[in-house]
Amino acid sequence: MDGRHQKQKNKYSIIVPTYNERLNIGLIVYLIFKHLGDADFEIIIVDDGSPDGTQDVVKQLQQVYGEDRILLRARPRKLGLGTAYIHGMKHASGNFVVIMDADLSHHPKYLPNFIRKQSETGADIVTGTRYVKGGGVHGWNLMRKLTSRGANVLAQTLLWPGVSDLTGSFRLYRKSVLEDIISCCVSKGYVFQMEMIVRASRKGYHIEEVPITFVDRVFGSSKLGGSEIVEYLKGLAYLLVTT
Amino acid sequence: MKHIVKILTLVMAITALWVGLLQTSMIPCSHTWLLPIYFVVSLGCYGLLMVGVGLMNFPTCPQEALLLQKDIVEAKEYLKQKGVDVSSS
Repeated sequence: MDGRHQKQKNKYSIIVPTYNERLNIGLIVYLIFKHLGDADFEIIIVDDGSPDGTQDVVKQLQQVYGEDRILLRARPRKLGLGTAYIHGMKHASGNFVVIMDADLSHHPKYLPNFIRKQSETGADIVTGTRYVKGGGVHGWNLMRKLTSRGANVLAQTLLWPGVSDLTGSFRLYRKSVLEDIISCCVSKGYVFQMEMIVRASRKGYHIEEVPITFVDRVFGSSKLGGSEIVEYLKGLAYLLVTT
Repeated sequence: MKHIVKILTLVMAITALWVGLLQTSMIPCSHTWLLPIYFVVSLGCYGLLMVGVGLMNFPTCPQEALLLQKDIVEAKEYLKQKGVDVSSS
């Protein structure tokens, strides 16, 4: 086991799935380098054939920061979030994997908190939560908050997962843990995130939480409708029966 | 052990308790028959209470948006001088 007799240098692979994030990807990379200056890390950008020139910007960023620190692992088209993580993980050389969104709703300034919490507790997973003191959201109207609260209360009541933010996708995983969990997850969308953390909890992995803030999308738009709610309820029923 | 099995076990235990009450007539029969409805309504009220409490306690952070905008401006300045294309189309 690492860290038993000598502090093994940890390496972090940050997987960022992108689709039409040309305006955001440079900002996120800059902020990651700003806040993780002294850590050993790489950024793996899994782009699903963005037509807006995202990959061109990534190549420019490679010139600035180095091709050993920014890896572009493109895919021909949109193939789903779960397979994006799997694809990114295949190219990950770090022993820890961070998963975050590219649209700046996840601020890289929390990465040192994730790393510190993992180092202090030896956790297998550190998940960002918006629903505790120190966390929060901005840009959400009442309906969005109501939907979020309702969904969370329902999931907490049925699944008893042991974490307060089930649908958040800003997390740090031990690479072996992520490989184990992701191989048995089949859901899509943010039900996928819920399935990941619930399965991890059922398998007895050590999960810690770090408060994060969620500022709604700076560029681009978000979607939430009736079909999303139906998909969520289906995912909840599936998780209830299979975990 | 599957979580659904735990829940079903709990439901069966509650059902057994209810049947026991019916058999022994410790409480008037009309009340005993209505206990499941009372239970479901209480569960619903509890859920609504949780949503309401959660909604009132929903943490918000408007200052974070301002800080983020500052970070964006800073990042754009740096990337622009490094030759990375950050133009808005």
